[in-house]
Amino acid sequence: MKRIDSPEDLEKLRRKLRSKKKTDKTTISVCVSTGCVALGSIKVLEAIKAELERQGLVETVNVKETGCLGFCEQGPRLSIHPKEICYFKVKPEDAQEIVSKTVIKGEVVERLLYKDPATGKVARRLDEIPFYRHQVRPLLANNERIDPKSINDYIALGGYEALAKALFKMTPEDVIEEIKRANLRGRGGGGFPTGIKWETTRKAPGHLKYVIVNCDEGDPGAFMDRSLMEGNPHSVLEGLIIGGYAIGAGEGFVYVREEYPLAAENITNAIRQAEEYGLLGENILGSGFNFKVRVHRGAGAFVSGESSALMNAIEGCIGEPRPKYVHTAVKGVWGRPSCLNNVKTWANIPLIILNGAEWFRKIGTEGSSGTAIFSLVGKVNNTGLVEVPMGITLRDLIYKIGGGIKDGKKFKAVQTGGPSGGFIPEQYLNLPVDFDELNRVGSMMGSGGMVVMDEDTCMVDAARFFIDFLLEESCGKCIPCREGLRVLSRILNDICEGKGVEEDVMIVEEIAETMRDASLCALGTTAANPVLTSLKYFRDEWDQHLKAKRCPAKACKALVNYYIEPEKCQACQLCRRECPTGAILGGVEQVHWIEQDKCVKCGSCYEACRFNAIVKLSGEPIPPPPPEGTKPVRRRGGR
Amino acid sequence: MGLKLKIDDKEVESMEGETILDAAKKLGIEIPTLCHHEGLEPYGACRICSVEIEKNGRKRIVAACCYPAEDGLNVKTRSPRIDRIRRIIIELAAINVGGDLSGKFLELAAEYKADTSRFLQKVKVEPSKCILCGLCVRRCVEACWDSVIGFVGRGVNRRIVVYPENASICSTCDHCHGICPTGRITSIGPDPPFPSIDDVLAGRE
Repeated sequence: MKRIDSPEDLEKLRRKLRSKKKTDKTTISVCVSTGCVALGSIKVLEAIKAELERQGLVETVNVKETGCLGFCEQGPRLSIHPKEICYFKVKPEDAQEIVSKTVIKGEVVERLLYKDPATGKVARRLDEIPFYRHQVRPLLANNERIDPKSINDYIALGGYEALAKALFKMTPEDVIEEIKRANLRGRGGGGFPTGIKWETTRKAPGHLKYVIVNCDEGDPGAFMDRSLMEGNPHSVLEGLIIGGYAIGAGEGFVYVREEYPLAAENITNAIRQAEEYGLLGENILGSGFNFKVRVHRGAGAFVSGESSALMNAIEGCIGEPRPKYVHTAVKGVWGRPSCLNNVKTWANIPLIILNGAEWFRKIGTEGSSGTAIFSLVGKVNNTGLVEVPMGITLRDLIYKIGGGIKDGKKFKAVQTGGPSGGFIPEQYLNLPVDFDELNRVGSMMGSGGMVVMDEDTCMVDAARFFIDFLLEESCGKCIPCREGLRVLSRILNDICEGKGVEEDVMIVEEIAETMRDASLCALGTTAANPVLTSLKYFRDEWDQHLKAKRCPAKACKALVNYYIEPEKCQACQLCRRECPTGAILGGVEQVHWIEQDKCVKCGSCYEACRFNAIVKLSGEPIPPPPPEGTKPVRRRGGR
Repeated sequence: MGLKLKIDDKEVESMEGETILDAAKKLGIEIPTLCHHEGLEPYGACRICSVEIEKNGRKRIVAACCYPAEDGLNVKTRSPRIDRIRRIIIELAAINVGGDLSGKFLELAAEYKADTSRFLQKVKVEPSKCILCGLCVRRCVEACWDSVIGFVGRGVNRRIVVYPENASICSTCDHCHGICPTGRITSIGPDPPFPSIDDVLAGRE
């Protein structure tokens, strides 16, 4: 690769890459990010390549390995350009048909298209799919067009143009001013104004300064940062270099969590390529600005996502937080001013510099500009990554994009912001989603996790789940967090097992308040959010557990009994065969019966029964068994 | 440069680099601490020194041992809210201390009217008598220039251990024993050699 020594050279290279692209033939883009790979996309990729070879099309058709588009449950995904045909759930066996039909004849393979489960309509292009139609995707859209291992792909799409603009047409102050005017707030969750943070670090005394990418996303079910880092690493890197220039840093770190090997590989590769082109290192683009970037692999601890803990880890110490009364922006890594931002925050920077602050402010709300990326999971029909303008309502997110609640069940709550976010009940479905509105109802933006819960979710049990997660992940340095989580976990587990007492509620409130006020870092101060919102919005469920020893959602194993309704049982023996403990009595032509003391409540019988004869009871007496030898009342249908 | 701040409505002058705790000491106001020691870097782990500060009209709870003294800061070291926080922290710490309270911890428990058995009854764990204040660890680094003892594990599994590969450099200086606020580290003098952090605590069991 030849070094690029000026913005003009960069522009020349871009024109060359683009003109080459125009003459380009059909391109098949196969997603090779973690989600699709897990579903077998590497085999699909190989099959496509083999098929192209077999049909002698290697020269005329491009195969591109790209990043994640976010609809992972429908993977493996591939798209065929320039016709923009999207295929989902592709198997290696489909390769032959895809090549002969779509590539050669230009016909679509109907069965591989996305079919809307609600309307039955098939969608050829991405924007015809309801999941994508309501999204606005400046950050994620390029994942589909870029081979993350190719810097040329990124440059062809306008990559590093923002860097050239910042270095040659703007002073560092101009850059910071632009970011401030854009009203970009930190995407790591706190929502702190990015421009002000940058300015603080720039103005902090000291010659050596650092900029840091936080790619330690660890919330259960969240993979926004991963998909950006895997799919479009150069966008993050470009943002970081611009930040380094604006802040006056000579060095940057990319902290990637242990669990993201592909993200680490792709960003490492991106750094190497950028160095070869002279977009990183000494005298970037001939501007005189020097900047280098190092990748730091985390060791696998949730709390290391907290900025001061992350900085401790970069220094080679235990990843546990330190007091932050002097901001890390002033005193961070090795006591030097360090500006840490989330992956998404950095990836927004080139877009803002290139398109201007006004463009950015037009997306989103007054208080929170731009888009937000959520990982929409739980009991919704369409799960995956969604990028939406700030201010979209929860209802639109869950029903329009998420396609509503699974199996026609009833919505109960949505938890935003990861394990320390709060539960938001139905009455707030019309809430516009942004930093401030979520805080207002006791939850938070957090890193963008969004877990939808339906009527079968017990809200006490859900709170217990997240507290147990945090108990596992707390570093244990400060007393309120370590011991508070220990007691909260014990109490919640007791309540879910029907062993709770009424004074527990008071203890929960006392501990939650102490943790919020006195914990050392944000893990502890926000840890009680799920418990507090569960208690605030679903108090009735708590009372039922505490007083009636009953779980209204019938989710708490200890409070549930399985019971066979004699009038419905067809004596088919299916449940009997499934039961691992032999708790089910009854044979052919004899209504079955569950012996409660043998039952381990695994639910296998419940899943197995085809006649809905098995029901869950909670807090109610179990009716006496039918007399020995009771014959089933035969029904039509069923089987 | 002198910084002027108010602690419990009393004016005090402080210097750059001092903490609220330092400033309070000048006024003779005692803020309780369990993980702090003069001469060691502030650590901020026990949080019992939590105080309320008012800054730009906004009130916040902070740890006095770490929060730097600032011009115009208004600090309150006692209030029903702070007392309640301290009481609950003592009650939470008591899970590890167990029934055998002594010294400063006992005094604090009495002063803040803490029910030290309340949470232990709930969680039913074997108290280790170690509240993980980290004083011994920090003192050891300072005394040895290298750590003989340190933390392993995280969350409720966090504990103090003697690093086997460093045990031989222990100079039996006795500092870790002297600084331990709960009497967990027992010293039996230079013979047999220190440290006699027992096996349970040292994770050798």
